[in-house]
Amino acid sequence: MDSPITPQAMETVMIRRPSVRGAAIITRPFFWLITLVVAIFIVTPAIGNNVELRESLLLAAVYITLASNLNLMLGYAGYINFGSIVFFGLGGYICVWLVNSYDWPLWLALLAAGVGVSALSFIFGIGILRLRGPFFALSTIGIVEGVQAFVQNFTPWGGSSGIYISPAVFAPLGGPARALWVVYFALVAVMGLSLYLSYAIKTSKFGLGLLAIGQNEDAAAILGVPTPRYKALAYSASAFLPAIVGGLYFFKGAFIQPSDAFDLTLSTEAIVICMLGGQGTVTGVALGAYLYEELRGYLLTSETFSHFQLVVAGALLLLIVLFFPGGLMGFIYSRFPRTQRLLE
Amino acid sequence: MTALLSLQKVGKRFGGLQAVHDLSFDMRQGEILGLIGPNGAGKSTLFNLINGVFAPNSGNIVFNGIDITGQRPFVIARHGLARTHQIVQPFTNMTVLENCTVGACFGRENLPLMRARDAAREAIVIAGLEDRAATLALHLTIAGKKRLELARALAAQPMLLLLDEVLAGLNPAEIEHMIGVIRRIRDRGISILIIEHLMQAIMSLSDRIIVLNYGEKLAEGAPSEVARNPQVIEAYLGDPKLAEQLQGHAEQPASNGSARHV
Amino acid sequence: MLGIIASLIDGVLVGLVYGLAAMGLTLIWGVMDVINLTHGTMIVGGMFALYLLATALGMPPYLTLPPVLIGGFVVGVALYWVAVHRMIGRPPLMSLLSTFAVNLMLIGIGTGLWGTALFNVSVSLPGLSIGRYTFPGAHILAAALAALIAGLLYLFLHKTRLGKALRAVANNREAAELVGIPTTKLLAIAVGCGVALAGVSGMLIGTLFPFTVLSGDGYQLKSFVVTVLGGFGNPVGALMGGVALGLLEGAVTPFVPVSWTLVIEFALFVLVLIAFPNGIFARRGAL
Repeated sequence: MDSPITPQAMETVMIRRPSVRGAAIITRPFFWLITLVVAIFIVTPAIGNNVELRESLLLAAVYITLASNLNLMLGYAGYINFGSIVFFGLGGYICVWLVNSYDWPLWLALLAAGVGVSALSFIFGIGILRLRGPFFALSTIGIVEGVQAFVQNFTPWGGSSGIYISPAVFAPLGGPARALWVVYFALVAVMGLSLYLSYAIKTSKFGLGLLAIGQNEDAAAILGVPTPRYKALAYSASAFLPAIVGGLYFFKGAFIQPSDAFDLTLSTEAIVICMLGGQGTVTGVALGAYLYEELRGYLLTSETFSHFQLVVAGALLLLIVLFFPGGLMGFIYSRFPRTQRLLE
Repeated sequence: MTALLSLQKVGKRFGGLQAVHDLSFDMRQGEILGLIGPNGAGKSTLFNLINGVFAPNSGNIVFNGIDITGQRPFVIARHGLARTHQIVQPFTNMTVLENCTVGACFGRENLPLMRARDAAREAIVIAGLEDRAATLALHLTIAGKKRLELARALAAQPMLLLLDEVLAGLNPAEIEHMIGVIRRIRDRGISILIIEHLMQAIMSLSDRIIVLNYGEKLAEGAPSEVARNPQVIEAYLGDPKLAEQLQGHAEQPASNGSARHV
Repeated sequence: MLGIIASLIDGVLVGLVYGLAAMGLTLIWGVMDVINLTHGTMIVGGMFALYLLATALGMPPYLTLPPVLIGGFVVGVALYWVAVHRMIGRPPLMSLLSTFAVNLMLIGIGTGLWGTALFNVSVSLPGLSIGRYTFPGAHILAAALAALIAGLLYLFLHKTRLGKALRAVANNREAAELVGIPTTKLLAIAVGCGVALAGVSGMLIGTLFPFTVLSGDGYQLKSFVVTVLGGFGNPVGALMGGVALGLLEGAVTPFVPVSWTLVIEFALFVLVLIAFPNGIFARRGAL
């Protein structure tokens, strides 16, 4: 159907672009920008043992990790995953279960969670990635339903009542108070890895193939892009770090149950964040996550809005989709075209 | 010498419609083979069968000694077969260079990113798009998009190029330019299978012509022979304008007719 | 054995109502290639309209059908102008996101007003007894009403000028525009009809089962399964798909825990899509 290309459509257009850079990754400015962000996350709460700031940044780090991994599918390959929460929840379950029932050290349990969930999603991916566009999106909702039903009936994981962690498991990390800091630094490290991964993929041949799939899958296949393998890889890669974050998050809370682990709100927020910052960009998604976390913090403290978090998220998403499909970065790129070279 | 591309009794049915029926032909290395026929004769379907968009219901397709029957398009592309589309399919949000880099990266050579960019630049120069390399595909004119299709396919460094109506919708000056580009591609040793409705162009470009009608091969031979074939003229009578063009050609045989069949 | 047959018959009765809901989804899809992710919430809207009209205003439950139908149409037209109109001609994922966003807002408002409490509208109708088994009167009446409305929709699409114009737009929007059909108005009407069907089916389901604000997800899923069974953009197929799903549920419920039913249905959805990309009773663009 022919529709005039609106300025809004143009913004989406400008933003999902591959970025081919010549130099080795550590000589590029953007690499150091990510490193700077990670450093700020590490240093600022550590100064003066600021626990309140730490908790707020922790949530931002969770959002950044979830959204930038979602972005591999949504922003690069053009596939909406409504069920990214499954990675987070399953990762949480695997980690908590291994630590609690088998006394695995945290790092090993986290690794197992990441690898296990990635492998599982690769298998899911082979099935549902045969479906195109909206049908894939719908079946990701099905994955959530399926996994949730499984966990609720799975007795080793406590069924619908979940798993409590005994405080003893915090001992190897130097007691509960120190464990919270350890978990926080680990989370920031995973956030940093997510950003590096997004950036590395975007500047790689793999990323070019994904972006080609996102724009015209048939044309990409005809040019030789191995579309089924690339999509399954992207889907599986986008599961790894969220699973680890899920592990850390629920280890920190010392409790996991199906309704928290598979709460669709978090997947939804990840989508809102991607669109808010600018799908397909690394900077935008990180910025969007931070802003969303700030906004959410404000809403939760406000009496009127605390019940209407979903309404606000929905309204925000609708406004972005209708009027600013390029998100924040689309706006910044169009105002300051030179930033396109620096901010991926 | 063995054939570069060989179709053996290939058939394709869509529901009750037999789009391609028991079609066999061989194509030599370095040849420009023209494919003509009235609308709905099965030309585009044939392209889709060769590059794997559809799997044939019967028969075999052998490319460069490898049986590619029923393989997926991205596998076939890796073997060194590239194509353009009748309706252009650019990656609209990428620049011309990036479009062609995709072609080069995932084509026959399977190049790493940096070397792919060089190959892409070369293809852009051949297609005459060098001053548009940094333009988003979406901003190109229709002629520009047609050239981009060609450049992108070329960047894959194929052994065989399938061209689906690359001249349609172009003005005479653009057509002349494009014909020059096609000749230059052939001079680089790339074989070309071309579908075209502009009789004059395809008659002068092709070494050999195959005429399709109702999914079957109606005639095959040098352009001058084909144009004189009464069956072919009859098939085109449904389209008087084309029939006239064909007859025009029969009277003044194409310049390099069958000279190239060595 | 007889128990299974009774379960199957009841499955068909409920399946007809699912089919009606799916017609609403597939009508919108068929006319403009938009997947309406507010569908489930619109079904819940019908349920709550029934609850409010029947319990607060004391209307007889089945008399709420006309106001739900009209109200659903108005809401649908509004939905078109808010979330769909600007998405026409944009990538399909954008309309998916815009209807998803509206759904979030509606769910948010719904849970803000009613929480996630269970609501129930009791309908007392004499059942129909065959041997040892009694089929609830409400199930029979809901199925009959669903079949009636589906029949009326068929007549509307095939016998009226407006319906024919809708089918023309579904078939080829540009050509329809060329012959002077006001396509934008028709797209709005199509969304209106789609939502009205969702609302009415929700109202009918509300007379059968208890519901919460969040019940929509499950029913939306059922509509998707029915739609792929019946073929996208094919309302008649949707009704057949509904019966097929009802039969499946009837066959499965006696043996499988309730929490797995949705999972089985979703697996079916994926498998059918992979095996029959155009639906089993496929007639693409057949509206």
